[in-house]
Amino acid sequence: MTLSVAMTVNGKAVSGKVEARTLLVQFLRENLGMTGTHVGCDTSQCGACVVHVDGKSIKSCTMLAVQAEGAKVLTIEGLAPSADKLHPMQEAFRENHALQCGFCTPGMVMSAIDMVKRNNYQLDEATVRRELEGNLCRCTGYHNIVKAILAAAPAMKSAGV
Amino acid sequence: MYDFAYHRPKSLADAAALLKGKDEARPMSGGMTLIPTLKQRLAKPSDVVDLGGIKELAGIKVEGSGVTIGAMTKHFDVSTSADVKKTIPALAYLAGHIGDPAVRNRGTIGGSVANSDPAADYPAAVVALNATITTNTGKHAADGFFKGLFETALKDGELITSISFPKPEKAAYMKFPNPASRYAMVGVFVAKTKDGVRVAVTGAGPAVFRVKAMEEALAKNFTSAAIKDIKVPSKDLNSDIHGSAEYRAHLVGVMARRAVDAANK
Amino acid sequence: MTAETGIGARVRRKEDKRFLTGTGRYVDDLPLARATYAYFLRSPHAHAKIKKIDTAAAKAMPGVVEIFTGKDTADAKMGGLICGWVVKDKNGEPHKAPAHPVMALDTVRYVGDTVAMVVANSIDEAKDAAEAIKVDYDVKPANVDLARALDKGTAEVHPEAPGNLIYDWEIGVKADVEAAFAKAAHVTRLDLVNNRLIPNAMEPRAAAAEYDKGTGNYTLWSTSQNPHVLRLILSAFVLGIPEHKLRVVAPDVGGGFGSKIFCYNEETMVCWAASRVGRPIKWTAERTESFMTDAHGRDHVTHAELAMDKEGKFLALKVETIANMGAYLSTFSTAVPTYLYATLLAGQYTTPLIYANVKAAVTHTAPVDAYRGAGRPEATFVIESIVSKAAKELKMDTADLRRKNFIPSTAFPYQTPVALQYDSGNYPPIIDEAIKIADYKGFEARRAEAKARGKLRGIGFSSYIEACGLAPSQVVGSLGAGVGQWESAQIKFNPTGNVQVMTGAHSHGQGHETTFAQLVHDKLGVPMDQIEVVHGDTATTPFGMGTYGSRSLAVGGSAIMKATDKIIAKGKKVAAHLMEADVADVEFENGTFKVAGTDKSVPLGQVVFSAYVPHNYPHADTEPGMDENAFYDPANFVYPAGTQICEVEIDPDTGVVEVVAHTAVDDFGNIINPMIVEGQVHGGIVQGVGQALLEAAVYDKATGQLLSGSYMDYTMPRADDVPSFKLGYKVTPCPHNPLGVKGCGEAGAIAAPAAVMNAVHDALAPLGVKHVEMPATPLNVWQSIQGAHRAAAE
Repeated sequence: MTLSVAMTVNGKAVSGKVEARTLLVQFLRENLGMTGTHVGCDTSQCGACVVHVDGKSIKSCTMLAVQAEGAKVLTIEGLAPSADKLHPMQEAFRENHALQCGFCTPGMVMSAIDMVKRNNYQLDEATVRRELEGNLCRCTGYHNIVKAILAAAPAMKSAGV
Repeated sequence: MYDFAYHRPKSLADAAALLKGKDEARPMSGGMTLIPTLKQRLAKPSDVVDLGGIKELAGIKVEGSGVTIGAMTKHFDVSTSADVKKTIPALAYLAGHIGDPAVRNRGTIGGSVANSDPAADYPAAVVALNATITTNTGKHAADGFFKGLFETALKDGELITSISFPKPEKAAYMKFPNPASRYAMVGVFVAKTKDGVRVAVTGAGPAVFRVKAMEEALAKNFTSAAIKDIKVPSKDLNSDIHGSAEYRAHLVGVMARRAVDAANK
Repeated sequence: MTAETGIGARVRRKEDKRFLTGTGRYVDDLPLARATYAYFLRSPHAHAKIKKIDTAAAKAMPGVVEIFTGKDTADAKMGGLICGWVVKDKNGEPHKAPAHPVMALDTVRYVGDTVAMVVANSIDEAKDAAEAIKVDYDVKPANVDLARALDKGTAEVHPEAPGNLIYDWEIGVKADVEAAFAKAAHVTRLDLVNNRLIPNAMEPRAAAAEYDKGTGNYTLWSTSQNPHVLRLILSAFVLGIPEHKLRVVAPDVGGGFGSKIFCYNEETMVCWAASRVGRPIKWTAERTESFMTDAHGRDHVTHAELAMDKEGKFLALKVETIANMGAYLSTFSTAVPTYLYATLLAGQYTTPLIYANVKAAVTHTAPVDAYRGAGRPEATFVIESIVSKAAKELKMDTADLRRKNFIPSTAFPYQTPVALQYDSGNYPPIIDEAIKIADYKGFEARRAEAKARGKLRGIGFSSYIEACGLAPSQVVGSLGAGVGQWESAQIKFNPTGNVQVMTGAHSHGQGHETTFAQLVHDKLGVPMDQIEVVHGDTATTPFGMGTYGSRSLAVGGSAIMKATDKIIAKGKKVAAHLMEADVADVEFENGTFKVAGTDKSVPLGQVVFSAYVPHNYPHADTEPGMDENAFYDPANFVYPAGTQICEVEIDPDTGVVEVVAHTAVDDFGNIINPMIVEGQVHGGIVQGVGQALLEAAVYDKATGQLLSGSYMDYTMPRADDVPSFKLGYKVTPCPHNPLGVKGCGEAGAIAAPAAVMNAVHDALAPLGVKHVEMPATPLNVWQSIQGAHRAAAE
């Protein structure tokens, strides 16, 4: 079944033709050519595909594109405020070497931002580790990811994001 | 996945009409089970009826002394609801431990209960708290609702609209997660009410079951000591690379005792 | 060059910008116009004869462009997928080399074996067509139990390997070792399994190819750790496409850990089919597909014995191992349990006599090959487990027994009895530092405190050494390797003074775009943002052997240093001319050429410009241009070493093992970027913890089905499975490479399993538990405790 779908992605209105079975991650990657969101598994566990839909962290591989009709979608490509300025979470990941191959990174950053806000910018190590249950990383051993998220929380608060 | 016709009705009546008479039509709540199933081509529905557009299906109400939770209420909302935390904190705790944060933003209580996955958490709460399941055609009591592996008392086209949980005097849920999937390898929900004690176990068998021996002992003395020698038979329990039937039987005891201790805090 | 940017500085990574903003380009991201999509039909059986494949109905389905089977590869006279290391058995005979067809011909040999490739306009159409392919299988019994693989009567995987034996290999003199055992005061014995793992880089394998009809050139994009090696194999052995007509590009790659070294069926088929189909072809593995078909790792069954005198001095070690090759010999498979394993059995110790016998077996499972550590984790696990067991039997402190047997720092270079000569090292300060950081002295108090809470604490050591920086070509050649293991670098200045640094190494997470730039920045004084490191494309980089075996810095970095030497040497001639001085009087420092004893100087940028605009130039003996190549073949392996200490707390009611602390002190020689090194150690430790406590590739013994076929059943380490780590460093520079560096990429994974399991055994010993196999899952630990209770009751 072919359908039209329209939503806002990173502040821009977009639309396209999809099938009912088209996943949101496929719409982003293939229809919109936004390949920053990644597919790392097929059991909805790895988190490489996490984006924000209407302010909530969502596994875009487990949502149909048509279910995002009319929604506000935020992806990794939409985080940096400008070409030479990064979001505090992106900055913290770079500063703390919280990425190596970069494949899990978009989903990790999106989940991390969601985690910080849901916990009111107050996190401790145990909470961060628990809240990363849905994000797998094979390269970093998580040590620096945890460090980056703990550093980003107060930075996000000061920046008002 | 195979293609299908997609519908997003705005009312329960429309949803029921879309499902009526169509053997291969499937309702979708959060999609956290259905979409992975479709991706693996394990199902080929002709139609998928997305219940997400039916406003009246979501929401949490305090009713009487208990809570009534709309079928399309997300796990995140149950886990953070002030009403649920105040009335049945064990239920909020359970919801907060389903899946991971992103899954909790989509997964729903109605979907979980209608699916009766042997490792799902909610069935243990429904049975232990003796909840009432309301559908578009009637009501179901908790006992007898979960009939077997992925099998409930729901008829074809019958949709859960809400689940009402009476407030217990004491309750707690203890879950031992499968290390890989983090689903319940054994999850025990214990609830004490004026009518007695109910102990419901998920993850260990083909569907949620009660442990009468523990219930009787706890009704006399609601302490973990009272059930320390009660063993659940391992026959008929699930066995896989993560947990043998004997291990699960053992964990039932451990989790039940820990649940009672938590309920008593 | 500053303290913030040179060698030794924690320079933040240049490559992060694109990864953090979603603008990386991984193979699946590549937009190829008019692309078709490939989907592979795979065997559902572990062992079966293919009686018939009927693709007629499938070919007629909508969107299908073409369908290929094994018959097409045979008709095209495709070569098989090679194993590039000829191991000679005990009798000097080369190992059995069964055929490894690109797609199954008449037999499928593991669940996931490649049966057909469908190429269609969309992936869903390809899958629909794959379902319509009718394959008539004659299912046969499967051989999936490694311990039984060599037994008489076990189903044979290949007629070319009778009894499933690929080789029976040994190192050391058995008679000498047996004589030492006969005189020993104490012998510790250990039977263990090194559990089979699935690498699971977060990016699944992918390949894309297109063929240019006009030029006859192929381009293959692959998630490869070594594009030139892949090109060489495809060209010389499998497809026959001449190397100069085949470009292989490994763009951004999401992790490899060894699993992306090898030449695989899918990328071979996608490349070959691109010219048959006439449109680009894209293929990306699904995760469950990756589980079945990525090369698996480890999978040994071992019996080891350690002979000691009454003071605990190691007299001799003997090891018998059966190693699983899987159903087909993958590219480096034969070398992993021999030259990368048994040659490390001296560990950090002076054990004078060592004998190892390794039998490699084929089974009806996925091919097994190198995975982070490749042989060295297996060796370390054997030695460090048996040493800790010996300490318990001798009632000696586990650290003391190790110290007693360490190679003293005065003994280097140290010739081990197992071929390798360690170049430099000093082990006692490492274990001392680890003991301090881990507060080993306070452990018993922590154990008592935990006991009061009903929990069992344990502490475990692992003093590892490994041989990496692969490799001196002549050495590996003499041992049967089909290739050399040197590395290449090209430093190409542009007239405006910025520079491209081409390397034959490849970064799939290691940060070479930053660390290699640091080398050039430090040596030549060029600002970091004026340096571009280029890797991964056979069209633009010199031939290189790729990244694995912790080699990129030790070998690739050394090649870069040699190239910088050439730049400086040439630059001096140009500078001497510009400054009207003698070349012998010219010095180079901080990016500037000076005449000694004067204030005459000329910056590198001016020298570079002069070389490209040579109006005032020493043409008599100097060519224009500033573009130098270098190739570096290491004189020896490098030998990083260290000690890890793991502390666990076990809940005896559930069997859950919690890692409460993990310390690693390493000697990686000189450190170029400490931040990068820490990241490698963290990641390696977690993979090691994963092996010890969580991960296991499990095949059903009866049917050969992969039971752990997705993340639902294969336990990947998550953030809440591990703590933050405590790291420390000691430095004994490598004496034989220009940077004095030793490789760091695999050390964490090599040492950690033994540290964790020694801690688990230490925690459970008071309950009478004698042995727990990896992974020490809650089920496994609980069953071990029950077993000990039953044994005690008898």
